[in-house]
Amino acid sequence: MQLSTRHLLGIKDLSANDISLILQTAEQFKEVLQRPVKKVPSLRDIVVVNLFFENSTRTRISFELAEKRLSADTVNFTASSSSVAKGETLLDTVNNILSMKVDMVVMRHSASGAPHFLAQHIPAAIINAGDGINEHPTQGLLDAFSIKEKTGGLEGRKVAIIGDIMHSRVAQSNIYLLKKMGAEVAVCGPPTLIPKYIREALGVEVSYNLRETLEWCDVANVLRIQLERQNQVLFSSLREYNLAYGISRKMLDSLHKEIVIMHPGPINRGVELDSDVADSKQSIILQQVENGVAVRMAVLYLLSERSN
Amino acid sequence: MFFRNTLVDGFPYNSLILHKLLFLKSILTESQLAITIKRLAHQILENNSELANTVLIGLQPRGIYLSDQVVEAIRKEFPGTNVQYGKLDITFYRDDIRKELHIANQTDIPFSIEGKRVVLIDDVLYTGRTIRAALDALLDFGRPEKVELCVLIDRRFSRQFPIQPDYVGKAIDSIVSQRVKVYWKKKDDREEVALLDY
Repeated sequence: MQLSTRHLLGIKDLSANDISLILQTAEQFKEVLQRPVKKVPSLRDIVVVNLFFENSTRTRISFELAEKRLSADTVNFTASSSSVAKGETLLDTVNNILSMKVDMVVMRHSASGAPHFLAQHIPAAIINAGDGINEHPTQGLLDAFSIKEKTGGLEGRKVAIIGDIMHSRVAQSNIYLLKKMGAEVAVCGPPTLIPKYIREALGVEVSYNLRETLEWCDVANVLRIQLERQNQVLFSSLREYNLAYGISRKMLDSLHKEIVIMHPGPINRGVELDSDVADSKQSIILQQVENGVAVRMAVLYLLSERSN
Repeated sequence: MFFRNTLVDGFPYNSLILHKLLFLKSILTESQLAITIKRLAHQILENNSELANTVLIGLQPRGIYLSDQVVEAIRKEFPGTNVQYGKLDITFYRDDIRKELHIANQTDIPFSIEGKRVVLIDDVLYTGRTIRAALDALLDFGRPEKVELCVLIDRRFSRQFPIQPDYVGKAIDSIVSQRVKVYWKKKDDREEVALLDY
């Protein structure tokens, strides 16, 4: 068994088999991370470059740790301190790096489709670490892995994605993935932050009422308001947003069941999640981060070049 | 009987049956296998009288069917004693990782191997490359006092690394083009060791 694709550009291109294979391999890597020596020699002969054209802490550290625990050599690149600031194009930058014999590229870029463009022009395997408002496939995979780990499976699970759906690549990757694996998905947020035809396009339920959504779901994946991607006023104030769509302890306690709270980070405490929710035992936010390393190890391992 | 069947089918021969007759040679039958496994368990016990200081580790994916039975035989011999038994997957330590993708299996070693006597258990010892990888993998769990190797079938004269077993079910002389296949009830619905010619 092998992945059906050479690159990981988005969950959209993966089959259900691919997703199962990645999640199953990630389980074995999670066990590796519990060992006294948390490192395996699998990618000893591979060089990976981490190209981050956009800010990141979690994803970047997670990828770097994953690479190091697979024994790959890593090179880091940040746009702000590079020749991009001098006017070099994306393709030139990457080709220059690749001419130094780099095997795999992990890239985050603020332009949607940047990794897809690169995949058409360079021979190395590309892993999308987030492109604009399009996809963030490894986040989708680690969210699925965490849901599976916490609730025992994906099929038939009711997952609500709450918040800024419009500008969220995490939401898009999650929706593709969960639908492919047979989960039920609903999105919830203010009408201005939910794309108009999302129900028709992606087959998800749409709700503008937080309480209704929380009553329905088993898992709530809460997203950050992406102020950096909004160039017009889409809601009146953060305080108002918090009152209508922020999840509070009181609201969770008033539900008939205990739901799982997830968040891809970084959290804006007091906006989408109150502190006593984010830090409660219902929340698996830190487990998500932990699982991120195992899932990224699986992706790197499965995409590493093979001679036949 | 055999020929009559083939005529009724309208084919020159029943290819599956003929294939088995010509190319498949049984090395150990089910009853022989049971006796051999019991002997291996006894030999391991003979050399490791202090079970508290010994751990048994089966190699994934196919070594665990043997190790399951060896451990069962040991437990039967000393009921009530705690036999420390784990499973090790060596996929991430393979030396042919660039050639072919192998799917990882579960590793489960729920105890420390530091200072312990380890018995690695696998079904067939051939080139020695799996055991080389297993030794690497094992050392990432700690520093054992001693490592021994127990195999059901030792394909002598085929080694590519200086690795020899301590406990052998049966040693056979085979050529490279032949394959040794161990069938397990749990996995293949029958228990037998066979030599296949191609």
